[in-house]
Amino acid sequence: MLAPGLYHILFISTALFFIGVYGFFTRRNLITILMSVELILNSVNLNFIAFNKYLWPDKLDGLFFTIFIIAIAAAEAAVAIAIIINLYRSHQSIDVENAEEMKY
Amino acid sequence: MPNATYIALIPLLPLVAFLLLGLFGRKYFKQSAGIIATILMLASTLLALYTAYGYFFEYGKMEGVYQKLIPVKYTWLQFSETVSIDMGILLDPISAMMLVVVTFISLMVHIYSLGYMKGDERFATYYAFLGLFTFSMLGLVIASNIFQMYIFWELVGVSSFLLIGYYYDKPSAVAACKKAFIVTRFADLGFLIGILILSFYSGTLDFNTLIQRLTSPESSELSTALTSSFLGISALTWGMVLVFIGGAGKSAMFPLHIWLPDAMEGPTPVSALIHAATMVVAGVFLVARLFPVFALSAPGALSIVGYVGILSALIAAVIACTQTDIKRVLAFSTMSQIGFMMFALGVSKYGGEEGLGYTASMFHLFTHAMFKALLFLGAGAVIHYVHSNDMKDMGGLRKLLPITHITFLIACLAIAGVPPFAGFFSKEEILLAAYNHNPVIYYTALITSALTAFYMFRLYFSIFWNKEHNTICEEHGEGGFAMMMPLILLSIGAAAAGFIPFVNFVSSDGKVLPTEFHLQFSIAPVALGVAGIFFAMAMYKKPTAIPDKIAASLSGLYKAAYHKFYIDELYLFITKKVLFNLIGKPAAWFDKNIVDGLVNATGTGTQIISEKIKRMQSGKVQQYAIYFLVAVIGLAVLVIYGIM
Repeated sequence: MLAPGLYHILFISTALFFIGVYGFFTRRNLITILMSVELILNSVNLNFIAFNKYLWPDKLDGLFFTIFIIAIAAAEAAVAIAIIINLYRSHQSIDVENAEEMKY
Repeated sequence: MPNATYIALIPLLPLVAFLLLGLFGRKYFKQSAGIIATILMLASTLLALYTAYGYFFEYGKMEGVYQKLIPVKYTWLQFSETVSIDMGILLDPISAMMLVVVTFISLMVHIYSLGYMKGDERFATYYAFLGLFTFSMLGLVIASNIFQMYIFWELVGVSSFLLIGYYYDKPSAVAACKKAFIVTRFADLGFLIGILILSFYSGTLDFNTLIQRLTSPESSELSTALTSSFLGISALTWGMVLVFIGGAGKSAMFPLHIWLPDAMEGPTPVSALIHAATMVVAGVFLVARLFPVFALSAPGALSIVGYVGILSALIAAVIACTQTDIKRVLAFSTMSQIGFMMFALGVSKYGGEEGLGYTASMFHLFTHAMFKALLFLGAGAVIHYVHSNDMKDMGGLRKLLPITHITFLIACLAIAGVPPFAGFFSKEEILLAAYNHNPVIYYTALITSALTAFYMFRLYFSIFWNKEHNTICEEHGEGGFAMMMPLILLSIGAAAAGFIPFVNFVSSDGKVLPTEFHLQFSIAPVALGVAGIFFAMAMYKKPTAIPDKIAASLSGLYKAAYHKFYIDELYLFITKKVLFNLIGKPAAWFDKNIVDGLVNATGTGTQIISEKIKRMQSGKVQQYAIYFLVAVIGLAVLVIYGIM
């Protein structure tokens, strides 16, 4: 069976990244936007792992970065959920279109 | 010489009084302010007397010449290796003499004010200002550096401003203090430029070095200063004339005298201290301080000093004959007497018997301080009693104010030059110096001194004789002990100060000046003075119609003199009509349209642009994210294609 090479993984991570960006710009629901952000982060994680494994197999820097990013993503999710809950309490909605008061 | 750093305490004690009363006076020392300030002033006076005694009799003289000693010196601002602004003490005959004059008169005024200003709302502030003034004036006379002198020069200007405007709820006082400040400030500009010229050519700000470099014939600084010229006049002469303009402004010399009569709006003891005895002679002191440079290197500037002096003396004496406000008469008399001191310096030469004018000028400064302070304090007692400044409201006060009457009479005799009172001796010396060097100045001075006797006794007879006074002031009588004691002490000074052998102590080159008394020379001035007195007596001892008749027959001259020769009006014309229209209005137009226009254009431009782009801030989070993405892509493109 064909073993996946670096290009395959980079293709997947790029696809994941742009799916995330698309979701980030088009979705109106904050939770979905948050999920898109997670997709972007994970595409970055994939990149780190792939480059580490194929280019510098004797080093661990990429792995550690990935672990950091996962940890920070978890913290970020907690903060984002807190923001979303507060937004829901004040606006009775988690739609970004309904939270436009901060403008000119 | 012994360790003399205690001399620094002489100016610092009044400064302590100023800080203490200025900061805490209104709260804690409302009643005791006067006593505190007076005690500090007394300590300062005793120190000054001790210093002067030590200088004149113990350590000042070396091989028969009084030295210029610098007991204290502290470099304050160093500009280059040679030029620095120092704070120091320069002890020489004139500064030692001025220390005594300033502290003594100031002490008298402090004591007098205990009675005169009693119950005033801002009693503590008043004493704080007096302390500030005394500090500045003492700093001025002991300055060892010309820039130090300039700093204190401005400080006395400020304290004079504060004290003239002491009654700040009176519009006339406010106008007067503004006028005094602006006129003297304008003159000080000349002083400052003069300092810059002198220090540029001599390469120093220190008095001793400056005088030495600008007088010794072989110094290179002097020859550069004499050869470089502007408009055909040497740079040194320009410098000295500009310095003299500063002195003329402070000393109320024509045509910068207009502030002095108005300055009488201040409390009367202040007029005695600042506008009669001490601050207004600062200009004379300045010329005396730089006298070697004037006499040896810039004789042209010195002759200007002489002619300005005699002109001021004559004009002021004529005006004084017509004024009815007693303080204004005294103000013009002050101006006239300062004119005497100025022209005495102007006719003097450096060294030996030719330098008599210098000694005479300083002598007159000393005696004048005594009798003029006495006159002002006496006038203060009269005003205190009558509650009016106008001599028409007075008359017949000799029985009601006996002590004031006698002391005032002594001062009048002194200023009129009647022997053996103080003014006689100093005025004789001045006239002798003028007689020896310049006949025009001498004869004008003779006329002026006759006029002096006339207007002083016009004042005296109008206040104390003339019509009878019938309103007896019950509330305070003549004034308490605090007011009478300075009058008595000063009258002793005015009567006896002439017997001090001044020629032994003060001379242009520090040596003892050999003089003999010329009896036949004194006949003319004394006779003229006595004639003036009798003339005044005939006119004013009893109410007569003679003064009005004479005034009517001299209508043009009388009117002109009464209106102070329209000099104030001339200034107003020049400032209001000429300067305001030709310079002020175009400048205002430029400011309103060009400068403000530029500022407004910046504001409007910002407003228009921000109005256009403000919609970018829509409040939509995802729109912001798009801006961000576009920017990142843009940067990526730049990086990838190697543009950055």
